[in-house]
Order: sequence, then C-alpha cells, then structure tokens
Amino acid sequence: MAGQAAVIVTHNLTKRYGSITAVQDLNLEIRQGEIFGLLGPNGAGKTTTILMLLGLTEPTSGQALVNGLDATRHPLEVKRIAGYLPDNVGFYDDLTARENLLYTARLNQIPPAEAEKRVALSLEQVGLSNFAHRRVKEFSRGMRQRLGIADIMVKDPAIIILDEPTLGIDPEGVRELLALIVRLAREGGKTVLLSSHLLHQVQQICDRVGIFVAGRLLAAGPVALLGHQVMAGKPLEIELQAEPDNDNLLSTLRSLQGVTAVERHGAFIRLRCAAGRDIRPELVPYLAGKGFTLLYLRARGYDLDDIYRQYFQGEGYHGTMAG
Amino acid sequence: MGRWQDRVKEWLVWWRQQEWFSGGLKTVFQKELADNLSSTRFTILVFLVAVAGVGAFYVAAQSIRQAAGEGDPQFVFLRLFTTSGGSLPPFITFISFLGPLLGLALGFDAINGEHNKRTLSRLLAQPIYRDDVINGKFLAGLVVLAVVILALGFLVAGLGLLLIGVPPTGEEIGRLFIYLLVTIIYVAFWLSVSLLFSLLFRQTATSALAGIAVWLFFALFAGMLAGLIADGLFPVSEDAAPARILHNATLKQDLSRLSPTTLYDEATVTLLNPGVRTLGPVLVQQLEGAIPGSLPLDQSLLLIWPHLVGLIAATMLIFALAYYFFMRQEIRAG
Repeated sequence: MAGQAAVIVTHNLTKRYGSITAVQDLNLEIRQGEIFGLLGPNGAGKTTTILMLLGLTEPTSGQALVNGLDATRHPLEVKRIAGYLPDNVGFYDDLTARENLLYTARLNQIPPAEAEKRVALSLEQVGLSNFAHRRVKEFSRGMRQRLGIADIMVKDPAIIILDEPTLGIDPEGVRELLALIVRLAREGGKTVLLSSHLLHQVQQICDRVGIFVAGRLLAAGPVALLGHQVMAGKPLEIELQAEPDNDNLLSTLRSLQGVTAVERHGAFIRLRCAAGRDIRPELVPYLAGKGFTLLYLRARGYDLDDIYRQYFQGEGYHGTMAG
Repeated sequence: MGRWQDRVKEWLVWWRQQEWFSGGLKTVFQKELADNLSSTRFTILVFLVAVAGVGAFYVAAQSIRQAAGEGDPQFVFLRLFTTSGGSLPPFITFISFLGPLLGLALGFDAINGEHNKRTLSRLLAQPIYRDDVINGKFLAGLVVLAVVILALGFLVAGLGLLLIGVPPTGEEIGRLFIYLLVTIIYVAFWLSVSLLFSLLFRQTATSALAGIAVWLFFALFAGMLAGLIADGLFPVSEDAAPARILHNATLKQDLSRLSPTTLYDEATVTLLNPGVRTLGPVLVQQLEGAIPGSLPLDQSLLLIWPHLVGLIAATMLIFALAYYFFMRQEIRAG
C-alpha cells in the first residue's frame, strides 16, 4: 500500500451536538485501493464521521478531504465520486428493485441506455436478477443490503463508503456480502471505507483498521501490526493446552523462568510473562523435556478481538461510551 | 441597447448549467409526480372531491332549471358553481372545504416518510443539491393539484353546457379560470403546510393529524373565535350604538381574515358572483343612490387583490419555513 495516494484525509475533524462530542479531533488517512475498517462500538461516532466525509453534516471544526476536495465546501463533487450505503439502507417500497436503481442512475445523470445496462449488470452481480421486477417491500433484510450494494455499483464510484454493511444478516449472507465487497475493491480498484461494530466479520477483509471509541481514533493500522502497537509495553499472555493436563503441569509451568503467573481458564492455561519477555521459544523444548506434549499455543492480545476488548473494558472508555 | 437582456441571458446560461450539473430537481420532480399519481390515497381523495363536486353541481343545475324563468338570466353559467340545491351545499363550498385535504394528503409524509423508510440519507448521498429534494416534491405536488383542479373545473363546466344549454360568456370563462387559479394557490398553501409538518414531526401520523387539526381550525373554528374575540372587546347589546356595532363587525372580519380559508372564500365568492360589490360592512347611507348591478371582472379583481396577495404570501412564507428547516435538518439516520 505504501506510496499510494491518500484518497480520504481528515484533519482534526470534530463534531459536537450541543454538549456531546460525537467525534473528537479525528485524523484519518485512507489510501487509494485499500479496504479500511472503522471499528468501534455503537455510538462511537462512526456514522457521524461518514456523514461528514460526504458533506451531509457540517463538522464543528476541522476538515474532511475526499480526493483533495473539502467535503463541506464541495459536497456535490464529493458525492459524485463516493458511493454510500447507509446503516440499515432503505428503498422505495412501492417501486421494484430495478426502478429503485434506475432512480439512482437518473440522479447520477447516467444516460438511460447506459443506466439500463448497469442496472441489469449490478443486479446480476449481487444475485438479484430474478427479483428485478419485484417490489422492494417483499425483500428480506439481506436482499435489501445486497440491493444497496447494487445501488452503489450502478453509480460506479471510485470511493465506496459502507455503514454497518453486515448488520442483521445471517452468516451465509455476511460471507457473500463481504466477498462482494472484496471483489468490488480488488477488481474495480475501489477505495472502500466500512464501519462496523462486528469486528469478527470484517477484520478478515480489511487491509487496515481504525479502532474508534467514544469519538476518538485510538489506533490505526494493519490488523497484525495493530496488536503489537497496542500491546507494546504490556506483559505478554500465552494461552496453551498440553498433555497430560494435571496439576504437575501447572507447577512445571510456574517454575519456568520469566513466568509471573499461571491460571487455568476453562480448557486453557494462561501464562503471564514478565514485562518485555517472550518465553515462547523456550517453552516448547522445556515442556518436551519434562514429558509434556504441547497441543495448542496462542499469544493473547495480538488479534483484534483482544485489542477491541482491551479498549472497551480498559482505561475508563466503557463508562464514557454513548449509547 | 439592453444591458439587462444580456444579464438575463447570462443568468439563463448559468441556470441551465447548474441544472445540467445537478439535474436533481427534474429527476426528483418526475419521480414524485409518478408516485403521487399512482398512490392509492390520491385516487381516493380525487374520487371523493370529484363525487362531491359533481353531485353539488348536478343539484345546482336542477334548481337552476326550475328557477330559470323567474330570476334575472345573467351569469347563469357561473351560478352552477354557487347555487345550493336543497340539502347539498354549492360546488364552491365543497371545494373550499375538501381542497385543503387534497393539499394535505400530498405532503404530510413528504420528508418524514423518506426518513422513516431510511431513503433520505441514500437520496441525499447522490450528487444533487439538497433543496432539489424539497423543491421537487413541492413542484410535483403543485402540478398534480393543478391538473386535478383544472380537470374538475372544466369537467363541471362541460357538464354544465350539456345540462343547461346556456353557453358561457367570455367574462364567465375568465372568472371561472381565475377562480380555478385561486383554488390552486389555496391548495398549494395547504401543500406547503403539510410539507412543513412533515419536517417538524417525525411520525407521519402525527404530521397528518396536525395538518387536519389546522385545517379544521381554519375551516370551522377560526370564524367562531373571531366572533368571540370581537364580542368580548365590543359587546353588542340590542340597543348598542351604531359605531360599536360597526367596530364589532369590522374587528370580526379583520380577525377572520387572518385565516387563509376566509381569504379564499371571500375571493372566490367575489369571483363567481359578480353581484358581490363589497366585502366589508356597508352602511345604509353608502347604499343611497347606488345602482344595483354587477361588477365587471377587473373591478371584482380589484376588490380581491389584497386577498390574492395575502394567499400567495402565506403560501410562500410557509414554504420558505419548510425550506429553511429542511436545509438545516440533521441527516442522522435512526
């Protein structure tokens, strides 16, 4: 990704509603062609950020630049190059899927013949061809969401912004939807910004993520690096399973140098290392030497879930989180 | 020669360019037009208004036939709209009473409906100006209302020709046409009221009820309230001084003219009944030496000019308020 131009940039973007600060000094940089995940709990300010990027809400202070254009001053130009799938997207219930998409095409000044072609193609790509002439009121949640993606494909923007795209869809639907998004981004060379509070679902497709809590961006980067960045300076925790699993195993582990605590957590045993130490290289030969077989080993705190939990539970963010 | 013409030309070019760049107004307008025309509630309301109007007109035609020989034969055609027959009020009253309902029905869910269907944020994320949405909705409603009112008016006029066989004079046609235009303005007022309510209230049911409440207030209670206030300030007993009675009557009328319904009723009566020569209280000495007769069209228009200006101003004011609120509204979904 390095060297790619930044497509979405925010400078100290801030939005206050009365005394409530929805977004505080957000500095974000999203580069050409990447999938960026804005992750945070509900009410963290994700939707507000997106609305400011599209010029639909005026920032209290700071700047949002999309392709170098200030979204507040040039909303039309920004909206021409950015497609937006709102949280819980809605369509005109009395119109058919095709009619809804044609309306979008007309609003984007796509000539009629071209519009028909694009609508048919995008409905096919999201697997709704057979429902093109059905009224949207008959559609399920998942179908609406897919229609929302088709709506964006009709517009064919360079930047795609998705707000909670996987919310309320069954797991199979989520898998298909994410595959669709990845295909759009990779084949079409689009820049994708998606927001979600369901990190498990989206972390697999994001090139980089930003952790967004209570209006502040706490950390941003590739999922793998984020773990090290966040956990730097904190003692490493290791989760393991070994055989034979008896009390002798616990005392054996305790006696290993560099281990400060050993606890049993369900089926796993958790080790805490002394600050700055990683005992994993020594652990395997050590256990083997004592007659134990290692079955499972994982460093906690390095995947998104742990990071996420860390920020939700730790450091007082939990209490200040808005609804 | 003509620097201002160049200015106008420049402005036109600029305006067309803006239109071309956005084009949102036209698209929103077309879609809303189609939506309005195909909606069930619109069909129901037009049916209701048409049945009431044609019914009233038919009864009027019957009673005109009976009275054909007796009265003066002037403006027979216009009387089709103003004559009540037995139990049914005249056409003009029906339209005055039901017209607002048409306007309210087309606008009460204009914005909050989009909000509740969650289409507003998707719509506004398209490259269109924000005011294209509210302007398009208002214009589409206005055009639909104009088509309905003109169609109904000309339908009744055509039936009138068939039923009574008296062709209208040029002046009668002019009066009828202006009457229909004023009706369109009046109904547009109610359209903008309902647009405003669709912005102020999140629930479509609430905004519909609020619209109906305002409509009933102006249609039924505003007159009573004006009477109450006037009687309270200038009580009129049996032997009251003439000046006091005059004060009472003037105040009552001035107060009730705050209601667009009164303005509309006075304007349309004057238009369709050339015999109406004045709208305020008349003193006996003012009638001394007056020759009974009807007013020509331009004098009738002069009489109701303030009413027309008032109606147009009220419509624009309410729409401007709705426009302001729409432009300031936060888009936050949910």
